[in-house]
Amino acid sequence: MQVNENQKGRIFDIQRYSIHDGPGIRTLVFLKGCVLRCRWCCNPESQEYAIQTMKQGGEEKIVGQDVTVGEVMETVLKDRLYYRRTGGGITLSGGECLCQPDFTRELLKAAKHHGMTTAIESMACAEYKVIESILPYLDYYLMDIKHMDEEKHLAFTGKRNGLMKENAKKVAESGLTNLIIRIPVIPTFNATPKEIRDIAAFAATLPGVKKLHLLPYHRLGQDKYAGLGRRYEMAHITPPTAEEMEPLLQAAKSAFPYEVQIGG
Amino acid sequence: MAKYDISDVQKSPRIPALIERMYAKMPVIEGARARLITESYKETEGLPLVLRRAKAFEHILKNIPIVIREGELIVGSSTIAPRGCQTYPEYSFEWLEAEFETVEKRSADPFYISDETKAELKAANAYWKGKTSSDLALSYMSKEAKDGINHNIFTPGNYFYNGVGHVTVKYEEVLAHGFEGYLDRIKQERETMRVGDANYCRKSNLLTAMEISCNAVIHYANRYAKLALEMAEKATGARREELIQIAKNCANVPAKGAKTFYQACQSFWFVQQLLQLESSGHSISPGRFDQYMYPYYKSCRENGLTREFAQELIDCIWVKLNDLNKCRDAASAEGFAGYSLFQNLIVGGQNEQGMDVTNDLSFMCMNASMHTMLPQPSLSVRVWNGTPHEFMLKAAEVTRTGIGLPAYYNDEVIIPSLMSRGLTLEDARTYNIIGCVEPQKAGKTDGWHDAAFFNMCRPLELVFSNGVDAGVQIGPKTGEVETFTTFEKFYDAYKAQMEFWIEAMVNADNAIDVAHAERCPLPFQSMMVDDCIKRGLTMQEGGAVYNFTGPQGFGIANMADSLYAIKTLVYDEKKYTLKEVKEALAANYGVGADVEQTAKIAAIVAAQLKAAGKNVSESEVVQVVQSLTGGANAAKYAQLRKDIEKIPKFGNDILEVDAFARDVAYTYTRPLLKYKNPRGGQFQAGLYPVSANVPLGAQTGATPDGRLAGRPVADGVSPSAGKDIYGPTAAANSVSRLDHGIASNGTLFNQKFHPSALAGKNGLENFVALILTYFEQKGSHMQFNVVSRETLLDAQKNPEKYKHLVVRVAGYSALFTTLSRSLQDDIINRTEQAFRG
Repeated sequence: MQVNENQKGRIFDIQRYSIHDGPGIRTLVFLKGCVLRCRWCCNPESQEYAIQTMKQGGEEKIVGQDVTVGEVMETVLKDRLYYRRTGGGITLSGGECLCQPDFTRELLKAAKHHGMTTAIESMACAEYKVIESILPYLDYYLMDIKHMDEEKHLAFTGKRNGLMKENAKKVAESGLTNLIIRIPVIPTFNATPKEIRDIAAFAATLPGVKKLHLLPYHRLGQDKYAGLGRRYEMAHITPPTAEEMEPLLQAAKSAFPYEVQIGG
Repeated sequence: MAKYDISDVQKSPRIPALIERMYAKMPVIEGARARLITESYKETEGLPLVLRRAKAFEHILKNIPIVIREGELIVGSSTIAPRGCQTYPEYSFEWLEAEFETVEKRSADPFYISDETKAELKAANAYWKGKTSSDLALSYMSKEAKDGINHNIFTPGNYFYNGVGHVTVKYEEVLAHGFEGYLDRIKQERETMRVGDANYCRKSNLLTAMEISCNAVIHYANRYAKLALEMAEKATGARREELIQIAKNCANVPAKGAKTFYQACQSFWFVQQLLQLESSGHSISPGRFDQYMYPYYKSCRENGLTREFAQELIDCIWVKLNDLNKCRDAASAEGFAGYSLFQNLIVGGQNEQGMDVTNDLSFMCMNASMHTMLPQPSLSVRVWNGTPHEFMLKAAEVTRTGIGLPAYYNDEVIIPSLMSRGLTLEDARTYNIIGCVEPQKAGKTDGWHDAAFFNMCRPLELVFSNGVDAGVQIGPKTGEVETFTTFEKFYDAYKAQMEFWIEAMVNADNAIDVAHAERCPLPFQSMMVDDCIKRGLTMQEGGAVYNFTGPQGFGIANMADSLYAIKTLVYDEKKYTLKEVKEALAANYGVGADVEQTAKIAAIVAAQLKAAGKNVSESEVVQVVQSLTGGANAAKYAQLRKDIEKIPKFGNDILEVDAFARDVAYTYTRPLLKYKNPRGGQFQAGLYPVSANVPLGAQTGATPDGRLAGRPVADGVSPSAGKDIYGPTAAANSVSRLDHGIASNGTLFNQKFHPSALAGKNGLENFVALILTYFEQKGSHMQFNVVSRETLLDAQKNPEKYKHLVVRVAGYSALFTTLSRSLQDDIINRTEQAFRG
């Protein structure tokens, strides 16, 4: 396996001891740039590919940094003993890592080379041949499916969902990775039993998909909008309570016969 | 069949009721012990000291008021009031008299004291003037030692003013044979002696003192048996039966061997309670309770003891461990805040042959901590390569409750470390923990584990001042800062100051050590530690098999960061001169002195001016001092601090900085090893501060790591608060790069967690993996504070108290106080959910 350690890419954060995005103890690498503009996005600084400044705790902070695969791996490898014990490894998040396909592929390859598990958090919003090129190096695909209705999807994320649904099927049929479907549960967008059930039913048609995660909306990104000088359109929305999540969990279970859980 | 049953049983309603009554009122200081020991001492003038001690112990146990509290199954209380304390004037008393009017209102560990008690204590204390162990210790100390104490370089306060404690005795001997067994053993020992032996007269007196102690304890238990019967006559129903059983227990133990698990519990308790009544020491640690209690549990379970009742008895002991209390002087109380007696009880681990010995009781002890949710006992768990996984998960569950327990210890580091200090393989394998984090072999060791706290920041201040503190030349002249042309020269000056003050501290400890032997030998405690009987010496005279003195260094992270910053900014990048750093530190980086410091400096200056014949009031000086913010240079100093902020810090998994910290720790751990104590043992370093990093930080000026004057110093081997920004694995990797093996008196690594990180089975699994991987890299100890909902609510109300509180939730981590209100609310709600998870 030839790895191009000098492949460049643009990231905005690396977070170690992440335990909610794939198995075991993981290091999350956040890639900059996204094709969608989800209103509830908790990482608004991830959306633009351009390097930005964001105010945090009263100080200006540069968001975004160009790095090589080798440089990222230097940090990622610091926790290899923890991965070995827990089956953990690297998770690429974002943004949408598929926007930087070469960087993504080389990172995953490098991680496999060092014997750790690999995962991406992604919407599958790219040409399938891009996805196909990374699948041989990918152990877990944590795929967001936000809504089954095209128009509503467009209204809340800026894009229709046709391509993503198509790619979900293809990824599932390839049998090359463990596909896990994740639904962000967003009040006013998809937080009704019917909407959740529809997504769950779609997930049930995907061959090999055995896990479905419901990720309740949270506002933990709201201060970052202010830091970027942007308005947070979801400010009036409160996170769903445990009681409100329960019927949604049941709805998902009614349409998806395998494992359904709240949280990653 | 599984080796052990890991299921929990329902908590008895008795337990919350006992706890509620125990915590209903503020703890009280009682005077009976002080009065009784004084009465006895007045009658025994002229007798050999060890006999006087035993007779005083006997007089106390015969006459001290006793009580059986409502609902108790395990009895034996040193005070009438719950959580009360007795006083120990033979060690020291002046501080308490000075605090008579304030002890009730002080912020750390207040106690109520009645006017009658004040009078009782005053009358007793008068006898002890000039006769205490602290008086004698002070008279033995060198000038250097006194300078070190007076100038806050180190503080040996704990043993200076109090008994030593810090021991685990042979509970198993008492459980098996009782004190009648010990009387037999002493008798046998006498038969081996010849009147012509060189040590005959001392040894025979000591054995007599031990016999007196045994009989005193047996008599004391009988007083409880009698009281229980009297109470039974007036009681009805179930309580009547309970009291009759209590009477039967106390009539049998600890005189004889325990016949049942219940009696073993009662026998254990009398030993635990009376050790503290003899000596005032804290950290009298039960040790491997799950091991020595197990034979009684096992045989009784086979004969009808229910798991529920066994658990209830253990829970009762846990409550009783919180009934014992100790009043310390105000400064020490801050260093040990939380009324803690550090009675360390450890479960799990290996036997002499190196096999895992986890059993039912190991799990039941952890359940007891969850049932009672009290600070005592200081629950610890031993972890090694063969530790069962379910044991780790159970321990993690206890951690998740947020009580800060258990502490985790790594056999794989501690066993070889103890062997390097001369323990046999078998003794090392069966170690337990004393007090906070100090490993030792039970029943064979006088470890003096809490000998002093050494503030590693203060010698660096003395490098900058060429050995002068508060206008006095106290340390060696290591040179003016201008003369340090290379970093090595600067570092050598630091090492020279360290060596000087370490030696001064050794002198202070040895002076106190001798004073304990000469004023306060402890025959009761010594009887239960090998090889005191055989050698005819008390522990204080060197009777134990293993003898150590273990003073703690703290502030490693500050010193590593400071020295690294100086190396980088002054010598590598040449951005600043050492003189500029010195000025910036003096001006507290342009921030100026805080109120407390100002007052201190003002008092010194005023006194000096007065001595020079110039009359100035302190308030005038205060005004001048307050203006000392560096004046025109304030901005420059602030810039220096900003530049320091940017330099890599210890705790972030940066190899170069971590290697530096390892070396800095050696400046403390290595010089200590060459010193010996009067008991024939060796000095060994610990690296932890209990909570002394806060009060002692208040006496420390600004440091070159950017820390402002008066702020807390770093906690143990943990990175400085708020400086570890890459999360728990990065901090653990960094800390593991220190040499934990050489710090054989223990190291302490604290981590803070938001409970969401431990939510669900997955959270526990990953948490356990974190501990095991830290241990795999040769870390020695780890403990966790899980941030509670209450903490977060308090942080919302008092943000200034929680500037460094980091909350780490999935995908985001930040300083809690900088978050918006609605965000804080969300995080508080998540905290709750995680506890349910």
